Amino acid sequence: MNLALRDVRHNKMRFVLTAVGLGMLLGVVQTMIGIYEGTLDDALRLPRQENAELWVVQPDTYGPFAEPSRIPEDTRDLIRRIPGVADAGAVTFQTVQTVVNEHPVRLFIQGFEPGRMGGPQQLVAGSDLTRSHYQIVVDDSSGLHLGDRVPLGPLHEIYTVVGITKGMVTSSGDAVAWISLLDAQSLQFQVPPPLQRREAAAGRPPAQTADINAVLVRLLPGAAQEEVTAEIERWKHLSAVTEAQEEAYLTKFVIERMQKQLGMFMGILIAVAAVVLALIIYTMTMDKLRSIATLKLIGAPDRTIVGLIMQQALILGISAFAFGTALILLLKDRFPRRVMMEPRDVGIVFLIVIVVCLLASTLGVRAAVKVEPAQALAG
Amino acid sequence: MSTSTPMLRVELRDISKHYGEGPTRVDALTEVTLDVGAGETVGLLGPSGCGKTTLLNVIGCITEPNAGWMRLDGEVVYDGQWLRGDLRRLRLEKIGFIFQTHNLLPFLNSTENVAEAMELRGVPPRSARERAEDLLEYLEVGHRRRAMPSALSGGEAQRVAIARALANNPHVILADEPTAALDSKRAGVVMTLLRRVAAEQEVAVLVVTHDEKIFGSFDRVVRLRDGFIEKTTPEPSDAAAASPPPLGPGSGADRADAGNDPERAGARERRAELGHDERRRGR
Repeated sequence: MNLALRDVRHNKMRFVLTAVGLGMLLGVVQTMIGIYEGTLDDALRLPRQENAELWVVQPDTYGPFAEPSRIPEDTRDLIRRIPGVADAGAVTFQTVQTVVNEHPVRLFIQGFEPGRMGGPQQLVAGSDLTRSHYQIVVDDSSGLHLGDRVPLGPLHEIYTVVGITKGMVTSSGDAVAWISLLDAQSLQFQVPPPLQRREAAAGRPPAQTADINAVLVRLLPGAAQEEVTAEIERWKHLSAVTEAQEEAYLTKFVIERMQKQLGMFMGILIAVAAVVLALIIYTMTMDKLRSIATLKLIGAPDRTIVGLIMQQALILGISAFAFGTALILLLKDRFPRRVMMEPRDVGIVFLIVIVVCLLASTLGVRAAVKVEPAQALAG
Repeated sequence: MSTSTPMLRVELRDISKHYGEGPTRVDALTEVTLDVGAGETVGLLGPSGCGKTTLLNVIGCITEPNAGWMRLDGEVVYDGQWLRGDLRRLRLEKIGFIFQTHNLLPFLNSTENVAEAMELRGVPPRSARERAEDLLEYLEVGHRRRAMPSALSGGEAQRVAIARALANNPHVILADEPTAALDSKRAGVVMTLLRRVAAEQEVAVLVVTHDEKIFGSFDRVVRLRDGFIEKTTPEPSDAAAASPPPLGPGSGADRADAGNDPERAGARERRAELGHDERRRGR
């Protein structure tokens, strides 16, 4: 057993408490990374599950997720007739807040035409919509169950849960739900009766409900995406973006700030961890100055002393990392937002910890190298 | 291959050491000349600030003098060509240190403290541990070989420190107030041990002390004052007759083998048991 391990063994309790404290700090760093990865994955999961190669949206917009897009409902029929298009589906998106069984529920509702693109994938319970009205498929993160009755809209129309999906949330963490396009359009433009009466008295026509937010397009095998896009954009009121572009818009415009925020937070936490580690190693070294002087006096080379300090820094850092990682693995499913621990990210944090340990130990190493053997003789 | 044993372990010639320059200059040692032979115990006495610790540091290859030269076990030191690493090697191979407060490493047990000194010299851990336990037995503290320093009494800790000092078969042991923290009974035991070690291991032992209780334990007492050697007792001329510090090669062997001191009886046999002669053959 080398000197570093023996010193750790001698100061077990102090070492364990230090490693636990540092481990929690490193655990927070990993949680931040996990939340970022989870948010990114959540944000991209919805557009990816649509399995659409093209998104037809309002011109000069960045698609239905980054900003509002409104196109006529008959766009779907128009697109379907373009050569090279295998399938198309009209969709709407809106966020609603409701109360079910006295619990607040927030849902990101996607309206789609049953039997066409845009519906829920990978149901874990129940079935897809079987009727044109008042049925809803929800993600299990909403806390809703099969058969639950969900009031939606200003008229509190009741929708019954008929299907459950898993892991479908938005970049904000809202559970995704699916209802029929007709219901979604009605919900989108529904106003409470007093307002309806006021609008009618003012002689204004009822709001237009025949709009949709986007059309999802799947191409025939071998069809040229550029040609289909060019064909769609011949209509000046339409624009087509690819799935890759849609993901890029989401990443760039919707979650970029969160990414930067988390990045800054991670940077600060890593800096704090480095300072704490450096301080701990420095303090541990200062506590051992007499022993270091004695070691030097009896002939220990500087490399033995430097090894002692660096090995202790590494043992501390690695132990703290292991504790922090284990802690987050145990607790990650209890977080309200998804915490994704990717092996690549864990590896990067591990490397950062190693580098930080080595850098942090330089302060202690400098103090130790300056110790003169004669200090061992000082009474 | 065995070579002739240099019987003078320490030779100091005109060693001077000062700290600072100009009006702040302090002369810690001035032209100190001293020889210490194998098997001899020498006490360095004097008031605080007289240069005892500086002298110990010079002999211990810790502090380089400003003038003069030193020969340590036949090797000339401080001739302007020694590097820090060379001095470290000398400390590791030729010198054993004993401190006032034992300075055992608090995170190693008794055996590990002794073995560490050998492991630093490249001795395999298992061999180092075995020899460490032999040394602890030799110093009658074998029953405390697993004890941590904090669990040892002052006398036990000092014995473990002596065992560590002996770990690499040093030719010189330098002790800085080794009995200061001990009562008179334990101080007497430690000094008896040091005398025994000096005799049996042919080690030159230099002890810096203020402790009047142990003045009578030395072959020779060197009194320092203001950086000078004020007096040596017995005087070198007397000492030549009573307990001669040998100045010529070979004479120390005669002294070690003289057999006048009962503690030195059977010295060769015990050295062989501790691997002393084996180490020499390997050099």
